[in-house]
Amino acid sequence: MSAECLAEPRPSSYFLSGVRESIPITLAVLPFGLLFGALATEHGLSLFETVLMSATLYAGASQMVGIELFDAPIAPWVVVLSIVAVNFRHVLYSATIGRYLDHWTPLQRAFGFFFLIDPQFAEAERRMENGRRISFAWYMGLALPVYIGWVGESWLGALFGRLIPDAHAFGLDFILPIYFLSMVMSFRKRPLWLPVVGVSAIASIIAYRTIGSPWHISIGAIAGVMLGALLASTATKEQEQ
Amino acid sequence: MTATTTFWIIIVGAVFTYLTRIGGHLVLSRFDRVHPRVEAGLNAVPAAVLTSLVAPAAMEGGPAEIAALATGAVVSFLGGGMMTIFFSGGAVLIALRHFLS
Repeated sequence: MSAECLAEPRPSSYFLSGVRESIPITLAVLPFGLLFGALATEHGLSLFETVLMSATLYAGASQMVGIELFDAPIAPWVVVLSIVAVNFRHVLYSATIGRYLDHWTPLQRAFGFFFLIDPQFAEAERRMENGRRISFAWYMGLALPVYIGWVGESWLGALFGRLIPDAHAFGLDFILPIYFLSMVMSFRKRPLWLPVVGVSAIASIIAYRTIGSPWHISIGAIAGVMLGALLASTATKEQEQ
Repeated sequence: MTATTTFWIIIVGAVFTYLTRIGGHLVLSRFDRVHPRVEAGLNAVPAAVLTSLVAPAAMEGGPAEIAALATGAVVSFLGGGMMTIFFSGGAVLIALRHFLS
């Protein structure tokens, strides 16, 4: 911390360290970008619509939900509502990391928040936890390779979807849960980590079994956040001791 | 659905998605001070949301998937970093799927 602060690196070096940290994310997301492209074509989306969806929505899970519903006999607003339901968790992300971005200009915030996907949020939180500033250069260094990769993979998947090898045998379909687990574990030193994880796990599983996907994400998240807020005073006391 | 409908669903969905990404910040930045309970709730966000993404996938998974996640958790408690967790979990998954099928 001390030496780094004194040296005051240039924005370009922050950008490059963001790019370096984006590599595992790009790898974890890669099969899903290709899979999305392939599935979108199978569901009748044109190449333009497939790439447009990845470039503007930029939210994997909700894109999958969207293409499932495009062929369903339902009203367009229901499709939009389902997409919003999957993405509702982002409200919590921007509220959480927005607290650390006072040094960004309003324009930087308006631009930066577009890229606030799950891994982007998790990496930014980890950086804060390690006592380091979230500079705009670092944030974009992390965001841009993942974004460009995602849009490019959707395009490739749409063009060459039939050539994708057996994803199951290579474990590609389960790579994202493993990645998310490693992110969950990286926050384990936070106060109330275990009770929050326990309550969110139970709530999301019950919601998944009863109400069904995609609502389990928001329900599980809200359950854990509520618990964190409820037990707040206890946690602060423990920290002070 | 017609091509125009699909196009507009994508555009409207994207606008709303962007609003969810900036909305939390816009609401919270209207307050001068953040209540300690809100603060504590927000500090619980990463664990809460990421767990909700993993838990149902773990429940739906077979022995190979559960073993892969368990390996990742154990490696993490032993002090392994993100990449170690990632690759050890992945290796267990591929190996078990190969031998169990």
